[in-house]
Amino acid sequence: MRGADYVIKRTVFALVTVFVAITINFIIFRAAPGSAITNLSRVPGATPALRAELQREFGLDKSKWQQYVIYLGQLGRGNLGVSFSSQEPVADELKRAVVNTIPMVLLGTVFAIVFGTITGVLAAWRRRTAVDYASVTTALFFYSLPTQWLGLMLLLLAAGKLPSGGRVDPFLFNPSIVQHMVDVLEHMVLPSATLGLVLYGEYTLVARSAMLETLGEDYILTARAKGLPDRTIVRRHALRNAMLPVTTLMALSMGYIVAGSILIERVFSWPGIGQAVFSAVRDRDWPMLQGAFLLLTLSVVFFNYVADLLYFKLDPRISE
Amino acid sequence: MSTVLEHQPGVVAEAPRRGVRAFLSQAIRDRPASAVGAAVLFLFIAIALLAPYISPYGARERVGDVYAPPSGSHWLGLDDGGIDMVTLLMWGARVSLTVGFTATLISIVVGGLVGITAGYFGGWTDTVLMRITDYFLVIPEVPLMIVIAAIWGPSLSHIILVIGLLLWTYTARVLRAQVKSVRERVYVKRARSLGASNVRIVFRHVLPQIAPLMVANTVLTIAVAIFDETALAFLGLGDPSKISWGKIIENATSASAISAGAWWAIVPPGICVALVILSCTLIGQALEDALNPRLRVAHLAAKGFRIRPIVSERA
Repeated sequence: MRGADYVIKRTVFALVTVFVAITINFIIFRAAPGSAITNLSRVPGATPALRAELQREFGLDKSKWQQYVIYLGQLGRGNLGVSFSSQEPVADELKRAVVNTIPMVLLGTVFAIVFGTITGVLAAWRRRTAVDYASVTTALFFYSLPTQWLGLMLLLLAAGKLPSGGRVDPFLFNPSIVQHMVDVLEHMVLPSATLGLVLYGEYTLVARSAMLETLGEDYILTARAKGLPDRTIVRRHALRNAMLPVTTLMALSMGYIVAGSILIERVFSWPGIGQAVFSAVRDRDWPMLQGAFLLLTLSVVFFNYVADLLYFKLDPRISE
Repeated sequence: MSTVLEHQPGVVAEAPRRGVRAFLSQAIRDRPASAVGAAVLFLFIAIALLAPYISPYGARERVGDVYAPPSGSHWLGLDDGGIDMVTLLMWGARVSLTVGFTATLISIVVGGLVGITAGYFGGWTDTVLMRITDYFLVIPEVPLMIVIAAIWGPSLSHIILVIGLLLWTYTARVLRAQVKSVRERVYVKRARSLGASNVRIVFRHVLPQIAPLMVANTVLTIAVAIFDETALAFLGLGDPSKISWGKIIENATSASAISAGAWWAIVPPGICVALVILSCTLIGQALEDALNPRLRVAHLAAKGFRIRPIVSERA
């Protein structure tokens, strides 16, 4: 069956990509010349015991090939080494960071998907009208802004009204659950809005061009010839097909979301994975940077894979 | 990327050979905003070139108080070191545009080589090259750039190389699709049967056909490269000795311009970046539209929009 073929192909591709990503990660951080970076055990200020343990765990005295095999083994067990700055296992630190990042990113992305799609579809439907020009201009405007700068602008505008950084107010003493939720939400507004607005431009433009493409198809012409009302044509015939590229974009923008969240989290000191990347770069915390990079890459690969499968489910014509 | 997304961006049907001038005037007629974009871009290029002669003060010269607000002698105020913002922006244009143009040049050369080779020779060459491209497409570029720049150390040439060498995938895909179609055209087949060498066919017959597409792609890539430079600079990976727009934003952020209320230290560099990116996007789109005859028919006018520069380089 061709469908099964497609799924198998995509699965193999995803798995190979994971392997490539893991290998790139090893080569960049361990096999690259430059002793300080390649040595996982040189945790500044660590006890000799910890160093010896890392030496042993990762086989750092062995050849690069052996190290590679050991690295794969340790990775399978979720061992990513020890952070240079906190001396805690990188995996634990990353877990904490991801838990903080997900809600912030989710809020922004959902905002972008909902509003971007609506304005994009409207713009295509009302092509060459004020609605179209206004939404394309707005979308292009947000699309052109440097992410971190948009964040800074929101910060300037909201100064004094919304918290400027962090995830919770550290001076909120013994808050009730409701208070805590409100506090977190207040902190989340600005970073999520930044991500949402930047993505919004992209979703609008993609939804619009997808919709335009669909509206040009023969079956739309047929529907029109049948005398169906405009609204029905758009809702029942065009919208469904136009949503295909938008669905793919949802997964594809993962890569952007990842990069955007690094910048956004730096602006708002949001203690997530992006902030972890930033401080790892600043403090030369190589194991942490390595772990964060791997995590980001794998999540992008994973979402691409999901997109492929989803697309196949939505559009059975695809089976190359 | 995946087969699903092989949107075949910008594959041009039998493009009639028109003069460059006719082509450009058509691009401007269809999308007048592109002319504005071109004007803005040229303005910035001129400023960048003339910065040493037209900047009102020295780029490292302390001319007043820290974060002095805009005034008659300093239109955009001073930064955290008491340096004139207008001067900084002019010098910043130099570095930002240099990064944008050189990194793009690298990526077009690499992407062009890969795309043309894959598309022209086809077969297993194509398969191997496109597989590699696919992997590069999936792995998010900005984190990879961050990692390499962090390890390699901050310097302008490193940043240019890192950006240039990671941005070629989209170019390679677009050009490959186009070359594949050009290759099958009758005149190319004729040239081959007359015994023309591959090199000759590529340079005489294929390149001129894909050149406009390459130009459109170049303009769009410049925007991405400048964007990425600001991102790297913002994470402290910029060359510490060079002033770029990204660096100015980073510097003002670290020196708490926001809490000092010094909007003038942070707003203008972002506007400069946004203007250049917007200009490039407008020009690139207009060129792509003019290249694709399908787009001139109103109801067929749709195209894969190039997804946000930063990571997802797919249409």
